[in-house]
Amino acid sequence: MNIYFYIIRRMAYMIPILLGVCLVIFFLFNVVAPDPAMIMLGKHATAKQILEVRKELGLDRPWFSQYLDIVKSSFTFDFGRSWSTKQEIVDMIKNGAIPSLTVAIPAFIIATILSIVISMFVAFYRGSLLDKMTVFVCVALMSLSSLAYILFGQWFFAFKLGWFEISGYEPVFPQIISYVALPVIIWVILEVGPDVRFYRTVVLDEVYQDYVRTARSKGLSEKVILFKHILKNAMIPIITSIIIQIPFLILGALLLESFFGIPGLGGITLNAINSSDFPVIKAMTVLSAVAFIIFSVITDVMYTLVDPRIRLK
Amino acid sequence: MENVQTSTNINFTPRITPKSKSLWQHAWTQLKKDKLAMLALTVVTLYSLIAILSALGVIATGFDKEVGASYMAPNLEHILGTDIFGRSVWDKMIKSTEVAMSVGLVTAVISIFIGVLLGSIAGYFGGLLDELIVWFYTTVSSIPGIMLLVAITFIMGKGLFAMYLALGLTSWVSLCRLIRGEVMRHKDREYVQAASSVGCGDFRKLFVHILPNVLHIVIINFSLQFQVAIKSEVILSYLGLGVQGRPSWGTMIDDSKLELARGVWWQLFAASIAMFIVVLAFSILGDALRDALDPKLKGK
Repeated sequence: MNIYFYIIRRMAYMIPILLGVCLVIFFLFNVVAPDPAMIMLGKHATAKQILEVRKELGLDRPWFSQYLDIVKSSFTFDFGRSWSTKQEIVDMIKNGAIPSLTVAIPAFIIATILSIVISMFVAFYRGSLLDKMTVFVCVALMSLSSLAYILFGQWFFAFKLGWFEISGYEPVFPQIISYVALPVIIWVILEVGPDVRFYRTVVLDEVYQDYVRTARSKGLSEKVILFKHILKNAMIPIITSIIIQIPFLILGALLLESFFGIPGLGGITLNAINSSDFPVIKAMTVLSAVAFIIFSVITDVMYTLVDPRIRLK
Repeated sequence: MENVQTSTNINFTPRITPKSKSLWQHAWTQLKKDKLAMLALTVVTLYSLIAILSALGVIATGFDKEVGASYMAPNLEHILGTDIFGRSVWDKMIKSTEVAMSVGLVTAVISIFIGVLLGSIAGYFGGLLDELIVWFYTTVSSIPGIMLLVAITFIMGKGLFAMYLALGLTSWVSLCRLIRGEVMRHKDREYVQAASSVGCGDFRKLFVHILPNVLHIVIINFSLQFQVAIKSEVILSYLGLGVQGRPSWGTMIDDSKLELARGVWWQLFAASIAMFIVVLAFSILGDALRDALDPKLKGK
């Protein structure tokens, strides 16, 4: 199949998915969710007040035009105003993106590099006690609640030892580290477990391929095979999984941000959840879904570009 | 899996072979050899037993009674201390097993039901039905899980029932994908053709003949779902969307965020350890089941 045709077809498939996402959001928040007018006004609202608020929010319009609004917002990013803060949601997102990314990007890069290094290392010693112990430690790390890490880390390292700020954010360079370092460390710990496990299986899948046997029969050393032949092939699924994780960075770490008082997108989302702020929740959902859809297309296209075997199918 | 057995047993010299074992018997023999997996299975059984006994009101009945002063540190009488209202943290921890295990079980059952049903229909019938189901699960998986969870608990209200549904409705996609792929691989095999030739209908072929052959995926997935649900319960409780008015590990951990600054660590400790052990056991069991049941990984 022609590669350009594939890319175009893959991009065209974004549209039904996006419409579907909007449909789910519409169904959840505009059709079955409790009436927002009731939430905003409380239990003692009169029928007239409810009608007024419904009109103000545009809830009296036909369902189809409400759905269209959500679809439109996924292209224009015009999400309207927050119910609780009355701010433009686009501005809230713009302001929140930077603090979120100052935590997410370093954490993501450190976790990814660390995981790849560890998984290559244990794959080299596969089957040994070291390998088994590493897998066990990864599973154990994953078995604790992320809340437990956050609570313990904040209490012990920030509160008791005073190594880091307990909570807050200051967007100037040297100070920022004491605010951001601990959330980054916790993020890395949370991420390394699943990543190492996954990358290790990816590498081990390659170890039993024919080309590895060929390389070995040519007399190449294990190191050359692992780092030259296997790594090259294993990088395809690894890079795929890295790219597909990127959209999730946009939402930030919901819990980390709220515990450490980082004014990012995760914190905004959490506040919106607590105050039933539907437009903000909808906006965040649309935003992250759009990011996810775009990045999954990028991954698919990259996959076909990198791996000629897939193009043949 | 029978067809695999017969194809490898073709030989012309008649030989008396011992009755061949089924996949399940093989898996069980292999599982029994794995000491760590058996330990994990014991732990899971123990937790289930605790959950049942506490649900029947046999143990941890005093979880809501005041047994001492507020915030007593762990001592001989109350080995995990007391909480703000002087209730025994140990009893609360035990009582919470009920919520955790039921959330794990019901969620896994819901997500397996949806995943298997949609996945097998998509894989078997193909065509427009397949396109529709694939479109649906791609859509669902494009929305971050946490947002869907929040939206569903908003609609359903708070509490255990809402949590079951929310977690079940958001966790079926990966199983659905797997089942769809497996059913597609199986539907043109000889044993299915044989079933058609004796007049089996589509549903009989799908549910009686093909499904038993992909059941191992469901079992592996079950133990994965179970522990993911237990972990999610904690997050939902922190978000204020979890169970109300009864102890759970999630609400205990949530409470402890205000207690740590006063040096009250035992509630966080109790809930985290209780959860850690059962989640770890399910992970180990899941891995062992995968090794024992997935023929593709055999010999690795």
